[in-house]
Amino acid sequence: MTTLRFTPNLHRLVDTPSARVAGATVAQVLACYFLANPRVRGYVLDDQGAVRKHVAVFVNQELIRDRIGLSDPVGENDDIFVAQALSGG
Amino acid sequence: MSDCLWVGTRKGLFGIARDNRGRWRIAGTWFPGDPVSMLLPQRGGRRIHAALDLGHFGVKMQRSDDGGKTWRETPAPVFPPRPDGLEDKDPMRGIDIPWSSKLIWALEPGGAGDDSGELWCGVIPGGLFHSRDGGDSWTLVRSLWDHPLRKKWMGGGYDFAGIHSIMVDPRDARHVTIAVSTGGVWTTKDNGGSWALIGKGLRNAYMPPDMAGDPLPQDAHRVVHCPAKPDRLWMQHHNGIFRSDDGGEHWQELHDVPPSSFGFAVAVHPTEADTAWFVPATKDERRFPVDARLVVTRTRDGGKHFDVLSKGLPDEPAYDLIYRHGLAIAADGERLAFGSTTGSLWVSEDQGDSWQNVSKHLPPIACVRFEA
Repeated sequence: MTTLRFTPNLHRLVDTPSARVAGATVAQVLACYFLANPRVRGYVLDDQGAVRKHVAVFVNQELIRDRIGLSDPVGENDDIFVAQALSGG
Repeated sequence: MSDCLWVGTRKGLFGIARDNRGRWRIAGTWFPGDPVSMLLPQRGGRRIHAALDLGHFGVKMQRSDDGGKTWRETPAPVFPPRPDGLEDKDPMRGIDIPWSSKLIWALEPGGAGDDSGELWCGVIPGGLFHSRDGGDSWTLVRSLWDHPLRKKWMGGGYDFAGIHSIMVDPRDARHVTIAVSTGGVWTTKDNGGSWALIGKGLRNAYMPPDMAGDPLPQDAHRVVHCPAKPDRLWMQHHNGIFRSDDGGEHWQELHDVPPSSFGFAVAVHPTEADTAWFVPATKDERRFPVDARLVVTRTRDGGKHFDVLSKGLPDEPAYDLIYRHGLAIAADGERLAFGSTTGSLWVSEDQGDSWQNVSKHLPPIACVRFEA
């Protein structure tokens, strides 16, 4: 199970409880999370399912490489952190 | 008579109410810090739709059914999956058009009034969405989005084209006319099943001269129709002021409008089609009031003559620009309001003859609407 956490900047807008989620890629982990938290999807991903331009997704403190397909692999004890990028807005 | 005004700003939604002494004051604030790009009061002000642009986190819709006491998030208009390999680029900039709502720019009731649940929503990058359930779900109007000429729409002030004006014919709600910056005026007679590009007589000065009269690259800044005489349309265009008497098929340009025919906003009287208001600015690179003197202009005779109205507006130099949704008229045709990029807000109770300053210190104002 991967640990998924979100920037506190999202908390005032939508409930984003941290969770332990199954999945082999970032896409799978997020898809699983969105099943239980469907409103969060539109805050993190754009209409086409890519990471929003001004959102950053880290796996173990490294930015993911595939912001469109979210195919970066994740392992059993990895951490995913969804951050507000220091840009735009 | 409407005693309540809603104002969408760069830093939240404001409710402005008239007290029993005739003063208009801030009565409520919502979504502090969040840009509100569009709003729509319905059902006598009980229902309010507010469109938020959360920047990092995308566009969102909020709805209140108790006059603003409580709000809940409703679905935002979402584009369908973009087909693999599709080329869809803004022709002016040569960059990919995102199939993703970037800004909610128009929101209007459709069907038979407030209770039909029908809504139309225009967005940047040029999508028109339709709801039949009061905004609980949205469908992209594919007949317009897939129209081959839609790919020739261009970004103007924003990177991508957007739909900012939606007029539903009160005689026949299946007749809907929209305006696009930049993409001209389009109309449907079958509730969005098919669309026609209209707009003979419009003129632009920013395309090659041979394309000046092409209806497609016309940068309509804002178009409104007279609800009682919906064939009468008024347009504030990038290159001037235009009037149509046949639902937008043909347009006449108004010349020598004082002090300038450049601007963004226009309002028309709800029953007197010859009466319309504008807030002029210096074209087009400067975009502040002519000689820094803020005025409103009004015609009562279809554009033959204009009154320049300034009573109650600043005596000192003013650099207020009024965005396209920043001027509103109430259903009684007497009260008007406008708000500026400088965060100033004025209300008139006498058709613009005099103005009351409500605030000089609001955030930059995107949209103003009286309670329906």
